[in-house]
Amino acid sequence: MTETAKAAPFSPDEAFRPPRNQWWDVWDQFKYHRGALAGLAVFVAIIVFVTIGPLIWQVDPGAINIRSRNQGMSMTYPLGTDQLGRDMLARLMYGGRISVAVGLVAMFLGLVIGTLIGVVAGYFKVFDSPLMRLTDLFLALPLLPLLLILVALFRDPLETMFGQAMGVFSLIVFAIAITSWMQTARIVRGDVLALKEREFVLAARSIGTPSLRINTRHVLPNVLSPIMVSATLGIATAIITESALSFLGLGFPPDFPTWGRILYDGRDWIEQYPSRVVWPGVLISLTVLSVNYIGDGLRDALDPRIRGR
Amino acid sequence: MTKPRRKLVEVRNLKMYFPIHAGVLRRHVGDVKAVDDVSFDIFEGETLGIVGESGCGKSTCGRAVLRLYDITDGSIKIDGVEIGSKSQSALRKLRPTMQMVFQDPQASLNPRMTVAGIIGEPMDEHTDWSKARKLERIYELMDAVGLNRNFVNRYPHSFSGGQRQRIGIARALALNPKFIICDEPIAALDVSIQAQVVNLLEELQDRLGLTYMFISHDLSMVRHIADRVAVMYLGKFIELAPRDALYAEPLHPYTQALLSAVPDPDPASEERVERIILKGDVPSPANPPQGCNFCNRCPKVMDICREIDPEFRELESGHFVACHLYNDAGQTGASRHEHTQQGEDA
Repeated sequence: MTETAKAAPFSPDEAFRPPRNQWWDVWDQFKYHRGALAGLAVFVAIIVFVTIGPLIWQVDPGAINIRSRNQGMSMTYPLGTDQLGRDMLARLMYGGRISVAVGLVAMFLGLVIGTLIGVVAGYFKVFDSPLMRLTDLFLALPLLPLLLILVALFRDPLETMFGQAMGVFSLIVFAIAITSWMQTARIVRGDVLALKEREFVLAARSIGTPSLRINTRHVLPNVLSPIMVSATLGIATAIITESALSFLGLGFPPDFPTWGRILYDGRDWIEQYPSRVVWPGVLISLTVLSVNYIGDGLRDALDPRIRGR
Repeated sequence: MTKPRRKLVEVRNLKMYFPIHAGVLRRHVGDVKAVDDVSFDIFEGETLGIVGESGCGKSTCGRAVLRLYDITDGSIKIDGVEIGSKSQSALRKLRPTMQMVFQDPQASLNPRMTVAGIIGEPMDEHTDWSKARKLERIYELMDAVGLNRNFVNRYPHSFSGGQRQRIGIARALALNPKFIICDEPIAALDVSIQAQVVNLLEELQDRLGLTYMFISHDLSMVRHIADRVAVMYLGKFIELAPRDALYAEPLHPYTQALLSAVPDPDPASEERVERIILKGDVPSPANPPQGCNFCNRCPKVMDICREIDPEFRELESGHFVACHLYNDAGQTGASRHEHTQQGEDA
């Protein structure tokens, strides 16, 4: 164990090492998790690809050039063109912006709602039953009709309020978040129910820590592992739900490229031009996989009992 | 022994019932009487030991005194301040005077916090000290409980049971409390470590003038540390006496049985000990027997025991007992007899 090796000799310089921010410990452990580091590298690469890429590869993703449609890889079109002659590389870059943003924001929002409801339901007994019935209600709701209604009701007002892209973006993020928080809430509630009976929570009460800080200081850090897992799974679900919505015509309009839409557009040509499906597919998979690995490494790094093994 | 006789803790008629809900409508069908009508005082600077078998309500009593539960009834005065009916938010300001050391040092420390975080939590809650001052106090406390200052960045899992208990004690001491409830602080430790922890507690008491309520089921350890000892059975105090009086001359039959069970390290005298073996099990605190709680197991049971709950009264100076054997049973019993409903034995 590295930890015993580190602390065994009572060296004077270590003796008066003041307490430091715990995130340094987390980082110390995280950087020894190879999968997580690789995941982090890939994820950063993807973020760079979609944010800085379009500044270097300045091609309009919407420019139609029928004459050069369905082309393979070449110097002019590094990843070929689609059935309308639009440049695939530019489309993947712009599409990535929306897909990654939707994935991250929707996951984050879903996580916040789920964790909040889970903690409140688990910690405060009065809210348990109403909130869990609400969760059941959302679990029982058929997803697509709900989304259809949401889009029909709110699309136009939101578009006039935030402009077309932001309007659709906020609608989709909200729709995905509102339909994906339930699992998190269930898991968190279960864990909180068990945690709040632990003696260290009682000890905090005997110190006089108010409920809010008991939750943020003692309960939440200890339910971080399941939250982390559902977060990493959530980002994948969010990206894929967004593609499904775009495919149904409920998401972004057709001229907005997203990875999901590029994937679905390429589906009809999968036999002639498989690369049309492979590229967005690979990017979605890489994003999901890298986030999964980051989450895995983070979960291990956040748990002091695993740290140092 | 010179004892300051100022009462630091006064508990009167403390009741802690946990309701039982049953049926489809979750109706209130009864109560688990974990602590049932308990009164006692703790004098400043002394250690009150509380002994009793598992499930008799010792820990609940301790937690109720600290108002970690919302008590059913009764009054608790700590340092002259009535806390029995205060709201939890009003209690917050009073928490620094009363602290608790918990039974399981593994469970009572948050596995995600460092030693500095754990010991510093009370200061984060109740003081506005600077980081440097808090750290200084944390080091001071670690020295006081015999923890190496190097350990300040470590997490509870990398400590042994005894060290964890020291962390727990340091946390309890952080705000200079007057009164500490030790809820079986040594039950989860090895015998050699038990001695260390108990000695540490005694040393801290001498140095800081602390008052302890020491809950334990280890009779020898209580004999070692306590000034006065209370014996609990099924949610009630049945005997409360100065230590030497209790161990020399236990009055209540249950105390006698309890003390006869203490093993003696000397094999010669160990063989001569006559054990009083109690029959049967402790009744459920949800459904205690009518009359004296101990009547269905008592070797000296009388008729009156099955009908009337004996009063907890002072027999000699400072020696309280709740048993009909020591009441001039006829008179006190008969006068209250009429008020007591006759019923079947539980």
